[in-house]
Amino acid sequence: MFGKLDWSAIPFDQPIPLIAAAAIGVILAAVLGWITVKGHWPYLWNEWITSVDHKRIGVMYVMLGVVMLVRGFSDVMLMRTHQAAAFGASQGYLPPEHYNQIFSAHGTIMIFFGSMPFIIGLMNFVVPLQLGVRDVAFPTLNSVSFWLTASGALLTNVSLVIGEFARTGWLPYAPLSETSYSPGVGVDYYLWALQIAGVGTLMSGVNLVTTILKMRAPGMGYLRMPMFCWTALGSNMLIVAAFPILTATLAMLTLDRYLGFHFFTNEAGGNPMMFMNLIWAWGHPEVYILVLPAFGIFSEVFSTFSSKPLFGYRSMVLATLFIVVVSFTVWLHHFFTMGAGGDVNAFFGISTSVIAVGTGVKVFNWLFTMYGGRVRFDTPMLWALAFVLYFVVGGMTGVLLAVPPADFLLHNSMFLVAHFHNVIVGGVIFGAMAGYEYWFPKAFGFRLDEGWGKLAFWLTVVGTVVVFGAFYIVGLEGMTRRLQHIDNLAWYDWIMVALAGTLLIAGGVLAQIMQLVVSIRHRDRLRDETGDPWDGRSLEWITPSPPPVFNFPVLPDVHGEEAYWEIKQRAIEQQQLSEVPDYQPIEMPRNSPTGVITAFFCTFVGFALIWHIWWLAALGLVGAYVTFVVFAWRDEVEFEIPAEEVERIDRARRESRQVILERGAPA
Amino acid sequence: MPVAMRSRFSRSGMRVCLAAGMVLVLSACSGGIMDPAGPVAAGERTIMLDALAIMLAIVLPTMAATVAFAWWYRAGNKRATYRPDFVHSGRIELIVWSIPLLTIMFLGGVIWVGSHRLDPARPLESRVRPLEVQVVSLDWKWLFIYPQQGVASVNRLIIPAGVPVHFELTSASVLNTFFVHQLGSQIYTMNGMRSQLNLQADRPGRYYGQSAHFSGDGFSDMNFWTMAVPVGQFNNWAAAARGNGPVLSAANYRQFARQSQGVKPFTFRAVQPGLFDAVVRQQLPPAPGPETGRGGHTMTSPGDAH
Repeated sequence: MFGKLDWSAIPFDQPIPLIAAAAIGVILAAVLGWITVKGHWPYLWNEWITSVDHKRIGVMYVMLGVVMLVRGFSDVMLMRTHQAAAFGASQGYLPPEHYNQIFSAHGTIMIFFGSMPFIIGLMNFVVPLQLGVRDVAFPTLNSVSFWLTASGALLTNVSLVIGEFARTGWLPYAPLSETSYSPGVGVDYYLWALQIAGVGTLMSGVNLVTTILKMRAPGMGYLRMPMFCWTALGSNMLIVAAFPILTATLAMLTLDRYLGFHFFTNEAGGNPMMFMNLIWAWGHPEVYILVLPAFGIFSEVFSTFSSKPLFGYRSMVLATLFIVVVSFTVWLHHFFTMGAGGDVNAFFGISTSVIAVGTGVKVFNWLFTMYGGRVRFDTPMLWALAFVLYFVVGGMTGVLLAVPPADFLLHNSMFLVAHFHNVIVGGVIFGAMAGYEYWFPKAFGFRLDEGWGKLAFWLTVVGTVVVFGAFYIVGLEGMTRRLQHIDNLAWYDWIMVALAGTLLIAGGVLAQIMQLVVSIRHRDRLRDETGDPWDGRSLEWITPSPPPVFNFPVLPDVHGEEAYWEIKQRAIEQQQLSEVPDYQPIEMPRNSPTGVITAFFCTFVGFALIWHIWWLAALGLVGAYVTFVVFAWRDEVEFEIPAEEVERIDRARRESRQVILERGAPA
Repeated sequence: MPVAMRSRFSRSGMRVCLAAGMVLVLSACSGGIMDPAGPVAAGERTIMLDALAIMLAIVLPTMAATVAFAWWYRAGNKRATYRPDFVHSGRIELIVWSIPLLTIMFLGGVIWVGSHRLDPARPLESRVRPLEVQVVSLDWKWLFIYPQQGVASVNRLIIPAGVPVHFELTSASVLNTFFVHQLGSQIYTMNGMRSQLNLQADRPGRYYGQSAHFSGDGFSDMNFWTMAVPVGQFNNWAAAARGNGPVLSAANYRQFARQSQGVKPFTFRAVQPGLFDAVVRQQLPPAPGPETGRGGHTMTSPGDAH
């Protein structure tokens, strides 16, 4: 009846996951109870859960990302405290079968369910606004994408209490991940959670590529798009090209595990090395899927807070596309130590360092954006500056690892761990934080508290320097990664330093949460009345904060690279707003529960397949398919917002715009 | 006046930071990969430091320029000129693309030469005939077979100092890397595959060896000491090893290949000829994993093979 599932799946012998799960359960029940008592369910269902508005979906993506980043950080606390207590005779408090799950879950969650939703959420929210359009190309598909990602995140977290998570690292290298060496359900959780979330990501990629290629405001040619839209285009093209590789690779491993195939097994002609090749053929582009949008965010931030257009815009576009192409030719640098020979290693070493040319160009262009500017040190700009200082170091150690003879010493060491955290935290997470601080007022209509934001910034930046500085050094001392027990006492001091740094980051996380709480409490004082709190330059700042569901009452006419800046300067020069347009009724897509219902069924499909509950899997598949058919046969697709309503909303916006006119004469 | 004071402060601050940095790096030396004990590790360290120096030559000025530009062009600085139209410059673009490009071309040369000169499969230049060692990684211990001496050692690698060692490596089960960081080059061990590695210890000593690739529950303690000893002492050790210990036959190997942890070092007095090749060709099948994991069945804890 329930396949492999029985009471032994619950880890009664391990108090940590049980207590953690109980705490999460209590919090969850409290939140749900509060929503029920307050009667918020209709609002949540109509305005958020079934919403197909790209802004709402973007915000939900970011919320998922934030929650999962905190979840991934709790793994960090476990790992750091455990390693600090696992030297020599002391064994720490986590047995290998638990510790190995934690570092695997940490990587999986941070990449797939923390960083990815955060970055995709920002793209979802910002790209249509910057392009001057009303929604993405396929609004309902967008909702399906989000809920499938959430479904994958849910399955990953369910593994905490029901069964186990993968104990193989965040990329389940064969043959360790094959049934012979990992007979438990951990790898199956990994496979199905990622397959389901991966489908969502792929559809989101298709959606945003289509949006950027086919739906731009009149006059917005490719070379007038804001830099963030360009990097979003690059990132989503990479998603479309790379995620099918992941899907296929995981499907092959699934066939090995479920139906006794031999793609990656030791026996019967399987080839475990093929798994490494395939997973990194996806995995390396994935790094750029994450970091390219972050580059876009920094480009926006540098330009806005330097009160200057982005320096070398065309050069930046070229560098972005250069990175997109070259990112597919470097995957072998993840296993120089496989012994492929001098020619192969040299080729991939050189192609890897060539990527640094594109990144280097970007760094110099950001520098010259500040040159001759008026730099304001608001929190987003602080993150951007820290990013540059951080990323050049991470990039440098990356190129160092791309030199095969150096990699022979540093591969899989803590130096490598320091390197990729240096670029992913310094690039993606700092970028996400900059974007969060920068666009928060746009999304919610009030700014975030600067004091708490700056405190969070300094704690996090100093903390990460301490942690990853210690990792670099202990890596040079020869310490390797993923150690559940450490018998080399020479490494003790640096692991303690890293623990201290982790506490600083924990302080940063708390300050970041406090910032949100304090800002919500003082939202009236922090209210963004104008819709343009940072003196912005691209089209999202022409809308009120938060923007109405249709974004723009009439689609803006674009005449240059900085669409909004030019409109704003013209208005300031003439001391009057543009003419009142002729308002027309606007058709917007209807809300649809398709996404959440599909994901509901897919969660059961995933869970059932993990536990071999075949009838439930079949039932779930039928459910998901029926949901799709019902959606496909819908009659009413859109609803109309009458012209008067549009006019009313826009009149309020125009009144608030007067403030900007009076704010100052043109420079 | 305040400006001058500030710059003096920042200069002395920088000196303190640099000094602190040097102390950190130097303290990281002893016993680590910056403390090589053989020609391979030394060559790799040299390449690493060369590449680092080449890159620091641009990275440090870039970092300094970032801070300098941001500070000088701060909104409150009345003396900085605001140039909102400075958005493109052919000359700067040329420099911006050339600097990274030239650096990477230079580095590309280093990579090409280094990858070939320090290819793990390349024999070391030496007048001495290399010692042959066959390495099998098992869950979770190391087996070192000495075909010329006809003995094998578990979880301890004994090599003669000053003599090149040619390793052939494979895995009984999952991936591992063989890594003695003071000797240099780590390399994967893979079931059904034969990797090649050439190393040498220049001076007698005790060097930390480990698997640097995660391989399951017993991975953390999959360490071994590498003892580099004078040639005479090595010969004595081999002779003594032939005198006692069990025989590594195919049957014993199958038993030995089952999952176990914390195996104390010991030696086999004889090794069935061709055993290593039999592992590589899978005539001896891949070693088994655990009986089962969590998920509907009872857990078995590995480590009961011995």
